Amino acid sequence: MSAPAGSMYSPEAAAMASKLGLKMGRANLEVFAATLLEIARADRNVLAVTSDSRGSGKLGPFAQALPDQIVELGIAEQNLVGVAAGLASAGKLVYAVSPACFLTARALEQVKNDVAYSDHPVQLIGISAGVSYGALGSTHHSLHDYAALRAINNLEVVAPADNMEARAIIRECATRRVPTYIRFGKAPLYDLHAADTSVEIGKSISLTTGTDICFIASGETVTHALLAGAAMAENGITARVLSMHTIKPLDIPAILAAGRECRAVITVEEHSVHGGLGEACAAALMQAGISVPFQIAAIPDEHTVTGSQADIFRHYGISMEGLAARANSLLKRAT
Amino acid sequence: MSLTDHELAIRSIQYRRDMLRWIVHAGAGHTGGGLSCMDILNVLYNRILRVSPETFTSPDRDRYIQSKGHCVEALYVVLADRGFFSSEKLQTMCGYDSAFVGHPTRAVPGIEHNTGALGHGLSVGVGAAIAGKKDQRDFRVYVLMGDGELAEGSNWEAAMSASHYKLDNLIAIVDHNTLQITGRTRDVCSNEPLDEKFKAFGWDVHTVNGHDFGQLTAALIPSTHTGKPRVVIANTIKGQGVSFMQDVAKWHHGVPSEAEYAIALRDLADAEAQLGQSKGAVQ
Ligand SMILES: [Mg+2]
Repeated sequence: MSAPAGSMYSPEAAAMASKLGLKMGRANLEVFAATLLEIARADRNVLAVTSDSRGSGKLGPFAQALPDQIVELGIAEQNLVGVAAGLASAGKLVYAVSPACFLTARALEQVKNDVAYSDHPVQLIGISAGVSYGALGSTHHSLHDYAALRAINNLEVVAPADNMEARAIIRECATRRVPTYIRFGKAPLYDLHAADTSVEIGKSISLTTGTDICFIASGETVTHALLAGAAMAENGITARVLSMHTIKPLDIPAILAAGRECRAVITVEEHSVHGGLGEACAAALMQAGISVPFQIAAIPDEHTVTGSQADIFRHYGISMEGLAARANSLLKRAT
Repeated sequence: MSLTDHELAIRSIQYRRDMLRWIVHAGAGHTGGGLSCMDILNVLYNRILRVSPETFTSPDRDRYIQSKGHCVEALYVVLADRGFFSSEKLQTMCGYDSAFVGHPTRAVPGIEHNTGALGHGLSVGVGAAIAGKKDQRDFRVYVLMGDGELAEGSNWEAAMSASHYKLDNLIAIVDHNTLQITGRTRDVCSNEPLDEKFKAFGWDVHTVNGHDFGQLTAALIPSTHTGKPRVVIANTIKGQGVSFMQDVAKWHHGVPSEAEYAIALRDLADAEAQLGQSKGAVQ
């Protein structure tokens, strides 16, 4: 219930979360590992493939429980993805687990050719994604992954916002044979959804309804958008908050509806301003002929400030306060 | 099923003729490397691989992954001959909207994996071989690589993991023609001593004449349960079978002119005539 150490949330934001009745859950990474273990116990064709990443992937218990279902390849991400594709080609249901920064940059050609182009349906799990590694710096950040992977045919891109989304998406991936990239952070997350919420890849989830501002957010930024909307509601402004967990394929109808029905739209993502969710939404709106005051809240194209994930989010205004201020100023310009 | 070395030799000539025909027809192709690996493909598909159009979707089939994807024209003619598709389909090769791309893709019957970017096939082969071990299936996985390709570091990541997992169901073949697009591999970025490198990575190393059907056959069927992946370093000649292309780097992706094509066909006809005489001499 209380905000985690080195908090991602200001005291005011934590108070707002508590006012909304949000409970603090676990890190999505932990939920992923627990869910994968459940799936793998029931199906011995399910394999976790790691690049010396079982610890950071929280797969210690998996390796203990199912030693025959983990394939360790050492610090060799290109080989990790190629081997994962080969395993998938022979009928295995493969989760290739590696830090998002390495998985989607060093092994990008293997993702493109061996998984997507060859259509070997590997589930690519980018762990400690975005700026989760904080002060370890840009080598360890993945602020390019949406941009790089969106441009690859036959690959879906997903960033769950909370534990329920993470669990549902991992389960859904086990039942379909589609190359998919799923990214997870390692910070604990608030639970955002009611127990009966349906989560489906490619369909955004509406957390609140409103017609003044719409926040279209993905992954771990969704909570901040939700809190910003709640803060604005206290001043009589209604906010629509969408968890756009699937970056590709995008939920175009929900984006167009937001553009038509709301006075302004702000996209929020733990990614570069270039090539991510924001530009994808902008393109969708423009191509539908919808003109709406619009901004992209993301990490700017600069040397990323040093600090924890919380520091970096706050620095770039991915916070309740930052997003609410941005929305208020955008609405002043809207008719 | 079992063809004699002599019959294989005749078939290789026919394959080379077909390959040149389609490369000239398309106006594109990787001629030199296709000619250098043709005898390897011939032995694989006519003697070694337990795969056919009927069994291609069987989980027990042997797998062939052509990591040196640019030599796809050689693979196309062999697959057509083995009945995976009609050779007339190669009329469309590299043409508008053709399934027959200038590198292997799974859109073509008989092809396991899309390749073309170098240094990918061995990792994929390692994955398939691990799956075979886990499922206790006795299929083997063959991966054909070029020697120039071995400069890609990912190959050595894969080589390390293959011996770590004791993949004696994995056989890598190096089409060791000592040339790549720029020139001699030893001048571009030397990989010698190649056999020592693979030995140091824990592989069972066999060096053969890559145009000798008997040597290839012996090396490509591994003794069972060695606990080591096998590499067959096949010493070949780039452009093998066509006098003016042999051991000449510029034929890497050269397309013969009409006059050159005529000479090439004559070279192959001469070789065929000689084979006919030697067959006669044996009988
Ligand atoms: Mg070569």
